[in-house]
Amino acid sequence: MTEQATKAEVDRVAAAVRNRVLLHTIENKGGYLCQACSSAETLATLYLRVMHLGPSVGPLIPREFDGVPNSGRPAGSGSAYNGARDPDNDRFLLSCTHYSLGLYATLIEVGRLDEHALDHYDRDGSTVEQIGAEHSPGVEVTTGSLAQALSIGLGIAFARRERGDRGRVWVYMSDGELQEGQTWEALSLAAHHGLDHLGVYLDANGGQCDGPIRDVHEIEPIVERVRSFGWDVHEVDGHDTDALAAPALEPVPDKPLFVVARTCSWRGIPSLASRANKHYVRFRPGEDELALKDLDLSPEEARS
Amino acid sequence: MTTIERVSRPYAASLVEFARNRPEVYCLSADLTNSVEIDHFKATFPDRFISCGLSEQSMMSVAGGLAREGLLPLVHTFAVFVTRRPYDQIAMSIAYPNLRVRLMGFLPGLTTPGGVTHQAIDDVALMRILPNMTVVDCGDATEVETVLEATADVDGPVYCRILRGSVPRLFREPLELGRARVLEVGNDICLISAGICTGEAMPAVAALRAKGVSLGHVHVSTIKPFTDEALLEAVGAARRGVITLENHLVTGGLGSSVAELMAEQAIGTRLIRMGLRDTYAHGGSLPYLLDFYGLAARHVVSTVEQLTGEHFGIELTPVSGDERGPVAERAEAL
Repeated sequence: MTEQATKAEVDRVAAAVRNRVLLHTIENKGGYLCQACSSAETLATLYLRVMHLGPSVGPLIPREFDGVPNSGRPAGSGSAYNGARDPDNDRFLLSCTHYSLGLYATLIEVGRLDEHALDHYDRDGSTVEQIGAEHSPGVEVTTGSLAQALSIGLGIAFARRERGDRGRVWVYMSDGELQEGQTWEALSLAAHHGLDHLGVYLDANGGQCDGPIRDVHEIEPIVERVRSFGWDVHEVDGHDTDALAAPALEPVPDKPLFVVARTCSWRGIPSLASRANKHYVRFRPGEDELALKDLDLSPEEARS
Repeated sequence: MTTIERVSRPYAASLVEFARNRPEVYCLSADLTNSVEIDHFKATFPDRFISCGLSEQSMMSVAGGLAREGLLPLVHTFAVFVTRRPYDQIAMSIAYPNLRVRLMGFLPGLTTPGGVTHQAIDDVALMRILPNMTVVDCGDATEVETVLEATADVDGPVYCRILRGSVPRLFREPLELGRARVLEVGNDICLISAGICTGEAMPAVAALRAKGVSLGHVHVSTIKPFTDEALLEAVGAARRGVITLENHLVTGGLGSSVAELMAEQAIGTRLIRMGLRDTYAHGGSLPYLLDFYGLAARHVVSTVEQLTGEHFGIELTPVSGDERGPVAERAEAL
């Protein structure tokens, strides 16, 4: 919403994110590819149509690691890629930071990060970590230990309301995080305090590390459960960028917003569908070519 | 024997004073508002009171979010619930980003009437090993009254063990972060105590000194950072041994801190750590529990006797209920 993008532009960015992450996963011999497949449209929609962000104030070439927060050294700088702090600007918290690869790719495609930034990914001494910490591009809070970002976002939203800020606080979560008790503590408390400028986009791709969520620890019915906690809940096709953007346009007074984005973790790359392990993709010989073919990419593009 | 002054609810009033001219101070409560003496704050500054209910894990991350926005969240519950259940949240949502959050832990160690589930016997250890965390163990009413001011400028999280109810006043000078209190100077043995143990040990120290033992006594309130030169000096002066005394396991807290200090400074004196020794405790009154687990004044005497090889024939009068404060305040409900 920095500049309202057309649906065609959002869709282009989502497709480019998926392509970039696939090519990177092949080159890197592994990656969180399925998370990028499920989240590409949501992240593109958030950056281009939902969030009101200032221009990036982070360096296009990612910083090298220069220390963890301690006395005299403030908390991380990853949020600089989401713009300077401003009472009118939104904030973005990535809860499931193993999705960082998809976030980095999104930042590249929306022009907030250099196009070669993924060359730094998972390199020793780089801030472009696999599981981003708050020095990593676009990562504001260190939430690789899952289900803490919603509570942190609650605290930020509470403080911003006290201050009279108009900007909203967005938390992007994965559905497996609904198994953590802390998520329900936070859902309950956010509704209790009527934080209507707090919003969640949930990537409901139905998968977790051990396999399908329905087999590991069923969390449905998500919509009814979260609604019963007092949130304004919307269930949308998580690959339809218009549908993803719509709920954010009409906030309900005193109710936080929860968008359940129903997604597919092999979206665009059907050859991934039969993989047992979708949490972290390592291609066996030949599989990478099938995936490239799914996206109409040539092996040359993978090597370039 | 002079009567020790007791102060009723020292935290309650000092918190309100601390917050009065600091609009950034917010109180978070986990369903124990009266029990942790923040009812007065709630009544005085209702808009800065955030009721979280029974959700300690989320409460810690919420505090992290508030601190990121420049507020100063003071998180209140019992010490055991501050430190055990939400440990990962403290580490990742507060300590790693080095946020200015104050974790106020009430009823430390054996001071709770609540039994094993309510006894924070490992809280100092848990907080001390977290990078960026400062740890303070209050020993009397003055320290409870002044700990917020003393730590106000700390650029990072602080864990405080707080005493509630009727609390004895042992010291006149306010708590100073990083500064131990040298109560007695001696060249044979140095007793280093923290929290309520200092007051418990005082009669024993007085009796032993009266018998001619050159016994030093140092009260430590800042467990981390543990860098006070006065401590090193006191420990270095003790020719026959050092004793630590804490309302906590002997591992990970004061005793371990002193052991590490002595090892790193090559002070080769005998060290005896008094405290809970690899055991959980059980429910009971504080005098009973201190006696049962070997933390009472008479145990200080016997430990000194063990180090000196002498027997002093000291008879310590058990402290009566009246001297410990009104029964109604002692038998505090949770």
